[in-house]
Amino acid sequence: MKHLVILGAGTAGTMMANHLSHHLKRPEWRISIIDERTEHHYQPGYLFLPFDIYEPEDIIKSIDEFIPKTVDLIQASIDRVVPEENKVLMADGSVEVYDVLIVATGAKIAPEETEGMKGSEWHKSVFDFYTFEGALNLRNKLRDWKGGKLVVHITEMPIKCPVAPLEFAFLADSYFKNKHMRDKVEITYVTPLSGAFTKPKATATLEHLLEEKHINIEGDFAIEQVDNENKQIIDYGGRAIPFDILVTVPTNKGDAVIERSGMGDDLNYVPTHKATLQSKNHKNVFVLGDASNIPASKAGSVAHFEAEILTENILRYVKGEPLKEEFDGHANCFIETGGGKALLIDFNYTHEPVEGTFPFPGVGPLRLLKESRMNHMGKLAFRWVYWHMLLKGTHIPFVSPTMSTSGKKYDKAETV
Amino acid sequence: MEKVIAGKTIHVNEEGFMTDFKEWDNTIGEALAAENELSLSPRHWEVLTYLQNEWKNEVPLSIRKIGKSGVVDIKEFYQLFPKAPLKTATKIAGIPKPASCI
Ligand SMILES: Cc1cc2nc3c(=O)[nH]c(=O)nc-3n(C[C@H](O)[C@H](O)[C@H](O)COP(=O)(O)OP(=O)(O)OC[C@H]3O[C@@H](n4cnc5c(N)ncnc54)[C@H](O)[C@@H]3O)c2cc1C
Repeated sequence: MKHLVILGAGTAGTMMANHLSHHLKRPEWRISIIDERTEHHYQPGYLFLPFDIYEPEDIIKSIDEFIPKTVDLIQASIDRVVPEENKVLMADGSVEVYDVLIVATGAKIAPEETEGMKGSEWHKSVFDFYTFEGALNLRNKLRDWKGGKLVVHITEMPIKCPVAPLEFAFLADSYFKNKHMRDKVEITYVTPLSGAFTKPKATATLEHLLEEKHINIEGDFAIEQVDNENKQIIDYGGRAIPFDILVTVPTNKGDAVIERSGMGDDLNYVPTHKATLQSKNHKNVFVLGDASNIPASKAGSVAHFEAEILTENILRYVKGEPLKEEFDGHANCFIETGGGKALLIDFNYTHEPVEGTFPFPGVGPLRLLKESRMNHMGKLAFRWVYWHMLLKGTHIPFVSPTMSTSGKKYDKAETV
Repeated sequence: MEKVIAGKTIHVNEEGFMTDFKEWDNTIGEALAAENELSLSPRHWEVLTYLQNEWKNEVPLSIRKIGKSGVVDIKEFYQLFPKAPLKTATKIAGIPKPASCI
C-alpha cells in the first residue's frame, strides 16, 4: 500500500485531505494527516475578536470534524522530515514513511526577531492579533481603554493576509466611533512599505480611505527595536514613534520544523515551483498554503485555489504524467473598511487589483476595489463558506482557481 | 517614460526607477545619487554592486537579507542611504524596486 502524508491539518492540509480522499483510496493508498493541535482556528476571525464582533466559539472548532473518516488523523508534534529517506520523525519517537509528502505547516509570528518586542510590555501595551491569545488579550485591553495613541504596525513583509493590519486600523476607527471616543484616540498606521499596500491601484484607494478616517500613515519604517521603557518604536534610521497601545504584526516565519529539516529559506519557507507547487528540491514533496515561498499572498483563499490545482498535479504525479503548470497566484480578499462596509480585491502574479465586478462580469453582485455593504456581507459570509465549503474542498460556484480578467477595468495588459 | 540624465537618455517608470538596466552606467549612478542628495563613496559603490549582482542572479532583495549578507549591516545601510535605503539604493543602482511583498 502506498502512503501519502500531509503535514499540518490547518486550512490547506485539511482541504487536501478532503480532495484526495475522493481519489486515492484503499487498498492502493493510505492517506495520513499530522497535526500537534486538536483545535482548528478560523484565523481570519482573529481580526474581529479584539472588537467584540466575534466570540471565541465562533472561530474554534475541533480538527477531527473536518478530516474525512478514510484519512488517518495523527495527533503528534513533527520533529523533523528526512526527505532523502522519505521519512517523517515525530517528537514522540514514532516514524512515518511516505511515498508522497504534502507540506502544509503554515506560518506563525516570531516576535523574538525584533529587539524588545517580546519585552516587559508584551500583551500589556504591545499586542499582536495574529494569535488567539494576542487577539483575546487585546480585546480585554480595549474594552476599558480610555484612549491615547494607538499604533498599528507591520514589522516586515511577507505576512499572512497582508491587508489584515489595514483592516485592523479601519475597524479600530469604527469601534472607537461607536464608543463615542474617536476624538480621544489617535490612530497611526506604520509600515515598512512606501505606501498603504503593494499594488499601485489598491494603494491609491486605501490611502484615500485612511485619510477619510483620519488615520495617519508612516511609511518606509524598518523597525530596529521596541523601547518598552519609553513606549516607542524606533527604526534603523533613528525615527521614533510613540504609542500607548502598539498593535504589531511581528515577523512571520514558517514553522521551525522546516528549519530543523533543512528544507527552508531564511524565513523557513520551502522553495516551491510557483506554477506546479512541487518543491524545488524533492520531486515527491509538494507544498501549499503559507508554508511555501511562492510570491502569492499568504491567504486562505489562495490555499483554496492552490488545493484544486495541486490535487490534479498529485494525481498526475502518481500516474507518472507531467505536472500542469497552472497556478497563477490567484488571490481574492475582502478588506473590511469599517462602518459595515468592505472592499473586495482579486489579483494574481501578473495582474494588480483593479475596479470591476465579481464574480459575474458586468453584473457583480460584488464590486471590486469599491466600498460596499454587499462586500461586507461577503466578508462575514466567508466564515460560513470557510467552515462549510472551503475546508471540505467544495468547489465555490462561478469562481475558478485561475483568475478571470473579464468585467475588470485594466488600463492595459499589464504585468506588475 | 524617457528621462535625460548625465547627458544620456534613459527609460524610467512613474516612480523614477530605471526600466532597462543596460542603459545604466557609473555616471548615471552618480547623477541619480545626486538627485537623492547623495555623493557616492567607495562604500556606497560596494553596496550598489552587491545589489546589482543579487538582482542579476534573481535573488529577491529585502532589508533582512542585506543585513545578513556580510556586505553591510542594516545600521550602516541606513547611514549610507538614509530614510528608505532599499528604495533609494535600488533606484541609484538602476534595478527595479524590490517587490518585497504581495
Ligand atoms: C489575523 C488574520 C486574518 C486573516 N484573514 C484572512 C482573510 O480574510 N482571508 C483569507 O483568505 N485568509 C486570511 N488569513 C490567512 C489564513 O488564515 C491563512 O493563510 C491560512 O490559514 C493558511 O493555511 P495553512 O494551512 O497554510 O496554515 P495553517 O492554517 O496555519 O495550518 C498549519 C497547521 O500546521 C500545524 N503544524 C505546524 N507545525 C507543526 C509541527 N511541527 N507539528 C505538528 N503540527 C504542526 C499547525 O498546528 C497548524 O494546524 C488571515 C490570517 C490571520 C492571522
